[in-house]
Amino acid sequence: MPKEPVAVVGIGQTKHVAARHDVSLAGLVREAAVAALKDAALTWADIDAVVIGKAPDFFEGVMMPELYLADALGAVGKPMLRVHTAGSVGGSTALVAANLVAARVHRTVLTLAFEKQSESNAMWGLSLPIPFQQPLLAGAGGFFAPHVRAYMRRTGAPDTVGSLVAYKDRRNALKNPYAHIHDPDITLEKVQSAPMLWDPIRYSETCPSSDGACAMILTDRTGADRSPHPPAWVHGGAMRSEPTLFAGKDFVSPQAGKDCAADVYRQAGISDPRREIDAVEMYVPFSWYEPMWLENLGFADEGEGWKLTEAGATELDGDLPVNPSGGVLSTNPIGASGMIRFAEAALQVRGRAGEHQVDGARRALGHAYGGGAQFFSMWLVGAEPPTG
Amino acid sequence: MRDVAIVAFAQTDHLRRTDELSEVEMLMPVLHEVLDATGLRTSDIGFTCSGSSDYLAGRAFSFTMALDGVGAHPPISESHVEMDGAWALYEAWVKIQTGEADTALVYAYGKSSPGQVRDVLTRQLDPYYTAPLWPDSVALAALQAQALIDAGDTDEDALTAIAARSRAAASDNPHAQLSGDVPAGDYLVRPLRTGDCPPIGDGAAAVILAAGDTARALCERPAWIRGIDHRIEAHGLGVRELTDSPSTRLAAERAGVFERPVDTAELHAPFSSQEVVLRKALGLDGRVRVNPSGGALAANPLMAAGLIRLGEAAARIHRGESDRALAHATSGPCLQQNLVAVLEGESTHA
Repeated sequence: MPKEPVAVVGIGQTKHVAARHDVSLAGLVREAAVAALKDAALTWADIDAVVIGKAPDFFEGVMMPELYLADALGAVGKPMLRVHTAGSVGGSTALVAANLVAARVHRTVLTLAFEKQSESNAMWGLSLPIPFQQPLLAGAGGFFAPHVRAYMRRTGAPDTVGSLVAYKDRRNALKNPYAHIHDPDITLEKVQSAPMLWDPIRYSETCPSSDGACAMILTDRTGADRSPHPPAWVHGGAMRSEPTLFAGKDFVSPQAGKDCAADVYRQAGISDPRREIDAVEMYVPFSWYEPMWLENLGFADEGEGWKLTEAGATELDGDLPVNPSGGVLSTNPIGASGMIRFAEAALQVRGRAGEHQVDGARRALGHAYGGGAQFFSMWLVGAEPPTG
Repeated sequence: MRDVAIVAFAQTDHLRRTDELSEVEMLMPVLHEVLDATGLRTSDIGFTCSGSSDYLAGRAFSFTMALDGVGAHPPISESHVEMDGAWALYEAWVKIQTGEADTALVYAYGKSSPGQVRDVLTRQLDPYYTAPLWPDSVALAALQAQALIDAGDTDEDALTAIAARSRAAASDNPHAQLSGDVPAGDYLVRPLRTGDCPPIGDGAAAVILAAGDTARALCERPAWIRGIDHRIEAHGLGVRELTDSPSTRLAAERAGVFERPVDTAELHAPFSSQEVVLRKALGLDGRVRVNPSGGALAANPLMAAGLIRLGEAAARIHRGESDRALAHATSGPCLQQNLVAVLEGESTHA
């Protein structure tokens, strides 16, 4: 029996900011969930199951917070699953929820991901204690900077490419009312003169620490028929994992990322992603990951990703807009960041992305990664239901 | 729904401490054991899913290292729940239902020994109003036990008998941490005595799931999952009826438990008093053999103990000792979240 087609009929986000002192964890997640229900014109009673994701529990200091959050998310008496796949978790969570619908286990599922980083300190939450990690590897930037340098050396990319990405994403964020960083006075010079944190990554090329949540309502064909707004349809979704460290690991372009993208394209019938995909929401926590992932995801040949960025192809009005929402560089509630990518891709094909809408977007890719570039999750959504 | 079965199960010996082992080292033997039992290699597995908790490991992203033990290169289709491995099994079962995989490797592990587990588990509670008071897991279970006694559902002698029966059953379980005679013991938190409470220990478990004919090819007598469901209740103890478990009853209904009697039940009841609650919710009478493995009172490696219930129930079917078994897993304070599955041997499915 073929899978049930899965439709995204509701999307809700909180306003993402450095610290949401006005809400509890429960208040934060409920805000996003209520917004998604409103978008779908559904009530709590319409939800059959809840799938929730976030990054490590240490980020808020609550162990298995889904237990405490069951009431706030209307999950009492329902199934509730908690996914955790490091930075890719927002995407993985959406895929687990989509599978519940695709397998016809449930008809309508609420999926939600969040992080309230202000409750704790993510920088040190990410700095594993010795002996689990070598010293002087503080935070994610310390881990990823050497891989950016490897990319630059391997491809000969000029050292200005990273700042172009940051400048673009921060300008796109000005068009997204939910984005955390809104700097109306942003200039390329400002980006390029920011302090160096982990050479070659400047402060202006890093993601912020955000509080925020993102929710989606996924449903079957019958549910989609009742949707007041056009749904986004899931055409393909996949997860792939590989170890953090092993002989032969390519940190610049991990095999798991390539395999994951290939699986999604196969499911969606995409043979030329550069031409057939209209918008990409890509997990870019440090600016140089845009050109790196352009290659890893098959949008550019090896060594050529930076040329797409430099030529402006990834600008909002380019032929392959990347992160029209402003991306992770502008908004990073870590556990939610992957789901925001998935949700923003869905908003694009629903034509509901507001000021950062890509004209005529029919197919969009949502992408997330986590761990030491070891966990990948992606989905491709379209404006039309999948055929066959 | 596709027919999906548990075709292999392995668990470690559960020990009070395993200081000399990393989680990966603890996990490797059980991963090899289930793969060897089926003749499968990592590259043959369609989907992999695990359950664990960072809070037990004391560090963020603790599960990322476990992939080293799976041998995840070339890359694998893989996911993780920050829950007991029983829910990882559920996620894997759903994945097989989509048709995207025919086999799945599920594993779970937990080392409770490095920390003070009673303190650690308080961090599961509402972080604003409850957790700051540090009510520990034994105290909360004692509250539930007292409510049961006050309601006339049990008494201290009956609880002691449950503990004694569990530990005696564990004598036949070489993996159990505690077995044999159990003294009633001193009160730990009244009315619960040491014998009513689970041991603190480290352990891991792994299971292989397979669909249809693949399952038949991999296992002489697959344990077919006839139904599986899980439900959660409100978090606040003040809004729950602690002497009952409506989420267990609902999950059991959805899993088809009440359609025909089961002969065996593996219940994840870390406290003797919780077996009383679960028996009532599941309508189990004296004819059902409850926790022949000794249950969580004999070994309770957090995050693996629920998956072990599914594995123990399946293993009895594999061995022909059960035709229709119920397996249950729980999470959260006082049985807040519960999963129920019905497993059957082939002969009863004709």
